[in-house]
Amino acid sequence: MAELQKIATRESYGGALVQLGAQHKNVVVLDADLSEATKTAMFKEAHPDRFFNTGIAEANMMGVAAGLSTCGLVPFASTFAMFAAGRAFEQVRNSIGYPHLNVKIGATHGGISVGEDGASHQCNEDFALMRSIPGMVVACPADDAEAKALVTAAYAHEGPVYMRFGRMAVPAFHGEGYTFTLGKGEVLREGTDVAIIATGLMVYEALVAAGTLAEEGISARVINMATIKPLDEKLVLRAAAECGRIVTAEEHSIIGGLGEAVCGVTARHCPVPVLRVGVQDVFGHSGPAAALLQEFGLTAAGLLQQMRPFLKE
Amino acid sequence: MQPARKAELELTACKVRQSILDATHAAKSGHPGGSLGAADIFTYLYFEEMDIDPQNPQKPGRDRFVLSKGHTAPGLYATLAHRGYFPLEDLLHLRQPGSHLQGHPSMKNTPGVDMSTGSLGQGISAACGMALGARITGAENRVYALLGDGEIEEGQCWEAFMYAAHHKLDNLCVIIDVNGLQIDGPTAEVMDAQPIDKKMEAFGFAVFPVDGNDFDALSAAFAAARGVKGKPSVLVANTTKGKGVCFMEGKAAWHGKAPNDEQYAEAKGELDQTYTRLGGQANG
Repeated sequence: MAELQKIATRESYGGALVQLGAQHKNVVVLDADLSEATKTAMFKEAHPDRFFNTGIAEANMMGVAAGLSTCGLVPFASTFAMFAAGRAFEQVRNSIGYPHLNVKIGATHGGISVGEDGASHQCNEDFALMRSIPGMVVACPADDAEAKALVTAAYAHEGPVYMRFGRMAVPAFHGEGYTFTLGKGEVLREGTDVAIIATGLMVYEALVAAGTLAEEGISARVINMATIKPLDEKLVLRAAAECGRIVTAEEHSIIGGLGEAVCGVTARHCPVPVLRVGVQDVFGHSGPAAALLQEFGLTAAGLLQQMRPFLKE
Repeated sequence: MQPARKAELELTACKVRQSILDATHAAKSGHPGGSLGAADIFTYLYFEEMDIDPQNPQKPGRDRFVLSKGHTAPGLYATLAHRGYFPLEDLLHLRQPGSHLQGHPSMKNTPGVDMSTGSLGQGISAACGMALGARITGAENRVYALLGDGEIEEGQCWEAFMYAAHHKLDNLCVIIDVNGLQIDGPTAEVMDAQPIDKKMEAFGFAVFPVDGNDFDALSAAFAAARGVKGKPSVLVANTTKGKGVCFMEGKAAWHGKAPNDEQYAEAKGELDQTYTRLGGQANG
């Protein structure tokens, strides 16, 4: 593949918010003292009268967002995934999820690619936490174009949406004119021997892995599952029926995330072997993001290594 | 406040208290103590203070009320019913399957409930968002939030207080219901938050200490709070938990316990006498 530009999806988030804010006057952005890192500072710069810092108080931020939404405003509450989904879980559950309020949560720094900050800030549990809230939409874009499209789609969706963005720059592989639909997966590569269903930065890795497998005569389908909830069950079941085995790939714990969501569907309707690639129920640690992804098997090479014995079973 | 108006409100508060007992007795669960203690505050807000329309609960620009101490839902529900948001009969289905009256307030279920609450410490944050939202949208309404003196042990309350003062939310009026009791006993023993007035002042609020069971005092304090500019206000309202029913007054045991048939009869008897003494017509 040609060398692609690399952009962190948190950058895309910040840029998309600026655009959205220009188009819609009811967009307001909240941040908890991390606006330079979450990139909501871009919105603050463009629309200072609609940016509100809550200070280092994520629980309060979620409640303030809930209150704002009852006034016809569409708040985007932003902080790191650890504090949005983790620390403020119960506020999100009770003040936003239960009344099904129109609040968008922009969680950056998801997964172990947070890097040097270490395990305390590497949230590998946010999909699991947010998926468990009734009515919550959970999405994790794969690249720049998708991240921007997700922000627009989240605004158009009436109800709470949890969006996970990454700290690390990742290849922007979607071309111009990419259309994203909330709740729909995207088949990036057709294949019949195995289906790799990936989300976030693992989507590009899956594409690379599929290219290698093709050279070995193995036909791997690659599905980009940006929306983890509601899951595109039809696409999952078609992959199960047509490929006979599934590999899920996510920068998240293998517990409670995309992998288990896929298993939940296949187990009931089309039981096939599923290999869950992700963080294997362990905490991360400090290190450069790329090195950590390699160590935890969250690269194309790591995927291939874990897939090979599975494909021979 | 005009004596005649005060007499009307006292009568209304008495009816609200009767309904609180009806509802919790019928439900065989719920929180009568705090509901009775805050009945005068509920009554004052919905019958005197707030700009609302029971015929149009979602009226744009209406004043908002957030019951941050959501467990006193029976007090709110009884007040809403007497104000005309829904039939009084609904109160007898409190906490039952099929009823719109959930154990804790749910804005998606009950007309007149502005925010879903119950998990302590969260409502005040939503109230801050509503006050900020009013400012952003150019609405001139006020936002009221009722918290308990036990509830403010939750750290989130102090995040929200800091936030309200920082953003100069002078359209926000917080009421802290200080009844001195929480589930496990006196707040002074379980976890003492006093001095609440000094803490609120230090957090940037205009503070109004008030007898929360006295309509004259409430009237003066709410009026004074309306005049505050550039900072949020708080009524530190001393109340008696279980107010109006002798055997419930000042007893932590009545925090979350419904009266049995015998206790219900005794409590209703007392409130009926109060009602007559206040000049109410029998069964009025």
